[in-house]
Amino acid sequence: MSDLNKLGLAEARDLLRKGETTSVELTQSCLTAIEASGALNAFVHKTPELALERAKAADERLKGDDAPAMCGLPIGIKDLFCTKGVDSQAGSRILQGFKPEYESTVSQNLIDSGSVMLGKLNMDEFAMGSSNETSVYGDVVSPWRRENDTADLTPGGSSGGSAAAVAADLCLAATGTDTGGSIRQPAAFTGTVGIKPTYGRCSRWGVVAFASSLDQAGPMTKSVRDAAIMLEAMSGHDAKDSTSADLAVPNFEAMLTGDIRGKKIGIPKEYHMDGIPAEIDKLWADGTAMLKDAGAEIVDISLPHTKYALPAYYVIAPAEASSNLARYDGVRYGHRATLSAGDGITEMYEKTRAEGFGPEVQRRVMIGTYVLSAGFYDAYYNRARRVRTLIKKDFEDVFAAGVDAILTPATPSSAFGLGEMTDADPVQMYLNDVFTVTVNLAGLPGISVPAGLDAQGLPLGLQLIGKPWEEGDLLNTAYALETAAGFVAKPGKWW
Amino acid sequence: MSIDQSTAAKVAKLARIKVEDDALPALASEFNTILGFIEQLNEVDVEGVEPMTSVTPQRLKRREDVVNDGNQQPKVLANAPDAREGFFAVPKVME
Repeated sequence: MSDLNKLGLAEARDLLRKGETTSVELTQSCLTAIEASGALNAFVHKTPELALERAKAADERLKGDDAPAMCGLPIGIKDLFCTKGVDSQAGSRILQGFKPEYESTVSQNLIDSGSVMLGKLNMDEFAMGSSNETSVYGDVVSPWRRENDTADLTPGGSSGGSAAAVAADLCLAATGTDTGGSIRQPAAFTGTVGIKPTYGRCSRWGVVAFASSLDQAGPMTKSVRDAAIMLEAMSGHDAKDSTSADLAVPNFEAMLTGDIRGKKIGIPKEYHMDGIPAEIDKLWADGTAMLKDAGAEIVDISLPHTKYALPAYYVIAPAEASSNLARYDGVRYGHRATLSAGDGITEMYEKTRAEGFGPEVQRRVMIGTYVLSAGFYDAYYNRARRVRTLIKKDFEDVFAAGVDAILTPATPSSAFGLGEMTDADPVQMYLNDVFTVTVNLAGLPGISVPAGLDAQGLPLGLQLIGKPWEEGDLLNTAYALETAAGFVAKPGKWW
Repeated sequence: MSIDQSTAAKVAKLARIKVEDDALPALASEFNTILGFIEQLNEVDVEGVEPMTSVTPQRLKRREDVVNDGNQQPKVLANAPDAREGFFAVPKVME
């Protein structure tokens, strides 16, 4: 069978169970696609031998009747996840050569579920970016291009390698992480599905930390059904992450009935923003109509503190990052600068961090240092945490009024060209997360579903936001939206 | 609040990131752009609002106060840029 790499998780699983293909065949097909994908720069550490070894083991298990849910399915892992014995450097020079002695809980859960890791995926350095242009490995190039144009576009970020790899069929699915939109924005830019679950659903243990109160892992897939399958495999309580929730993980796939009759969908007026392209407003209105046609009740809602989410995020996330990234000191792992005669330990820290961190990471660590410094802590950090409380309350009020899910655009534009934002100030890039960042601040689950193409032929996504721990219901609403939108476009192969 | 070059230098020092003197004006300017954006938070009435400490309210779990990990010296040192005789090695710390 050819083109096995183009399958999704559910289709491949079903073929494996029927004995119509093998994990080795699926894995080979992906490895071949990866070898031919150098122009995309998505896979940065390839593990073909490990993949084939796991695929063979999976084929053995599939002969029995106790094969786990993702047995034999080849996937990519974002470079942010520590994988035992395999390079894990968070897209940063400062972790060059780092081979963890341990496996992150999420990637271990995926191994236990029988999946096959093909390699590690490119990303913005320490997950700080919206275009995958801050990576030490270089830019990821989106498989998508504008019609009649060969300019390289961003796949979004920070999970840009994951999004590009899934969209280009280099793997069946991939892991991502999302601190302010890093799963949902690249999913929207590449016509793929990405879900950030409720904070605490997936263990953060072994995931290189950026902003610990916001970071969550999640799947990036070719369909909502695949997202349900993979999220279930990734989730679960973990004693090694004190913020991991000790709650049962439902069978998310079984909850995909497509029946959303009587569900109340909120449309937040504050997400109508100046300067948003008319196409995106139209897509949003179309999506609203689709959910209504499927039997949902549409209600106008207000989330009054929306405007303050990005400024609050750009205090809280850098503050946490400055603390988390203090561990990169040139002592325990990764890069250490070459020192001059007479240099002491302070020079070692300063030179190592100047060489090891790229400009965006340096900027955020220093902003975080500033907002936490004596005299500014209350004015910036504590104020931002108070605003965060208000942002969460906005959502609580809406859910208490009976709303089941909220529909918004996923991004304020379609994918932009690599390099197009180089001369913009940093805040312009931050605006990419304007629709997604509220969800991280409130700890809620959010999913991006591909819903249409813009006039240039580029994908656009819609976001659905759900109640805490109600990923199953959220996925079902997303499934109804996916079915109604009928998005089937794929990028034409040029690479 | 505006950040001048000496404040930018102080922040770089606190963050233990070496910034050359000629890069300070651009850095200060970027800080000011970002902080200008953050200043919007001053419009919000936060009187009586608690700063968020945990987004999903939960009690931290307790466990028995016993040793449950350890004896992994070679693994701990395996990725060190400079490890000698079972220790991390660093430049001279004391003057």
